[in-house]
Amino acid sequence: MKVYADNAATTVVSKEVVNAMLPCFTKIYGNPSSVHTIGQEAAIELENARSTIGKWLNAEPREIFFTSGGTEADNWAIQNAAAIGAKKNKRHIISSRFEHHAVLHTLNKLEKQGFEIQLLEVYNDGLVRPEDLQSALREDTALVTIMYANNEIGTVQPISQLGKICRDHGVIFHTDAVQAVGHVPIDVKEEFIDLLSLSAHKFHGPKGVGALYCRKGLPLNVFIEGGAQERGKRGGTENIPSIVGMAVALEQISRNMERNSDKVFALHNTLIEALSAIPRSRLNGSREKRLPGIVNFCFEGIEGEAMLLMLDALGICASSGSACTSGSLDPSHVLLALGLPHEIAHGSLRMSFSEYNNKEEVDYIIEKLPPIIQRLRSMSPVWEKIERGE
Amino acid sequence: MAYSKIVMDHFENPRNVGKIMDADGIGEVGNAVCGDIMKIYLKIEDDTISDVKFNTFGCGAAIAASSMTTELIKGKTVDQALQLTNKAVMEALDGLPPVKHHCSVLAEEAVKAAIDDYYKKHNNKEVCGASTCATGK
Repeated sequence: MKVYADNAATTVVSKEVVNAMLPCFTKIYGNPSSVHTIGQEAAIELENARSTIGKWLNAEPREIFFTSGGTEADNWAIQNAAAIGAKKNKRHIISSRFEHHAVLHTLNKLEKQGFEIQLLEVYNDGLVRPEDLQSALREDTALVTIMYANNEIGTVQPISQLGKICRDHGVIFHTDAVQAVGHVPIDVKEEFIDLLSLSAHKFHGPKGVGALYCRKGLPLNVFIEGGAQERGKRGGTENIPSIVGMAVALEQISRNMERNSDKVFALHNTLIEALSAIPRSRLNGSREKRLPGIVNFCFEGIEGEAMLLMLDALGICASSGSACTSGSLDPSHVLLALGLPHEIAHGSLRMSFSEYNNKEEVDYIIEKLPPIIQRLRSMSPVWEKIERGE
Repeated sequence: MAYSKIVMDHFENPRNVGKIMDADGIGEVGNAVCGDIMKIYLKIEDDTISDVKFNTFGCGAAIAASSMTTELIKGKTVDQALQLTNKAVMEALDGLPPVKHHCSVLAEEAVKAAIDDYYKKHNNKEVCGASTCATGK
């Protein structure tokens, strides 16, 4: 049996998306900037896609800018807000400790340029507190950037409350919604969002394409020089097949959101209940305020990569926040931000589901995972000490 | 993470897993904070390693390196075991990815720590000096 339980990393591209993309390579292959018919056909597809993306965020088409993905959108949004702030001598930026590296690394760069970065705590439930934001805001705060939902543990942040606080203080609010778009309803107006990043491959669209929402009225700097594309803000001939694919993917997943969510939550609850029975295991992040389908557990006494290899040998694809999987000496910064000690964070396992998964697959994981944990614990000197009560 | 066939074999079917209750030397290296701990148990008879077992907390490479190391030193004399280098462990495993080289270093250190422990228990001061140098302590 092959079980793909790594949908938070990326998702399968849906058949409908592939079918919508194919004619863009062979029939609607024109350059949208061209005056002729074939070019204009492509321009129509491009603008239709923009409207679709806008519609599902409650944004206007002109507020949507296509990018190469979520990382680019994060870079653009943050650097833009920082530039606006710097003009007014505002150099304080508030974010959280468990943002994606697309955000954290951009903030590190700004810090070197003289910005002051303040990262809010996320506590052991993986949730930012609006009152913490309230007290962190200053006269010179240029930007607040808080992710919509965490990609490793799936916790959904109180975005509308955070957005409201920022709006009331006249501070730009950006949210990295890469993990959330298509999985929970998002309304940029109701939630007071000024800038939002999204990526197609997290909702059954293609890789290498995403979008930045920028609220009308908020100045947006040029990110890539070289052409009139994206209203002169991002030069380069548009990736029409991928943009069309992204729009079809968002339309499809948004229309089925409630049904998908019920199905995926049922799978996720079954798994959480079964794994909670394993001794010295813990679910990471709030049980209630989370995306459908992201289940992140720590199993004490063992290391994550060893679990992944054994699962993979049985056809189960998952991921881990252990140091060995991150390519650094430290385990995931997200798990450390929850206050987990290093030795426990090393034993993390993330399983993430989509509407393409089913009950049989979850039952298969529930059957195969506990013996793997037992086997690794049986050869672990750390587990031996835990059992002896040291 | 691309592991060699030998690494995967030693990870999936680790040799000499377990403990020796009346071990003559036990070496534990690494720490849980970094994500790797290796513990090696030695049974030594007539200056020869007659049995060896390991327990490891760590990734696939750490488990495979521990397993390979036990095979490399089993039946060898204590002096031969002291000559084991991390490079030899890596070569026997048909290589490790660069981020995993430290697993082979840990394996070499675990053997030296276990022999050090053996010397201490048997109060063999003459050779003890040599092993102390070898472990770099």
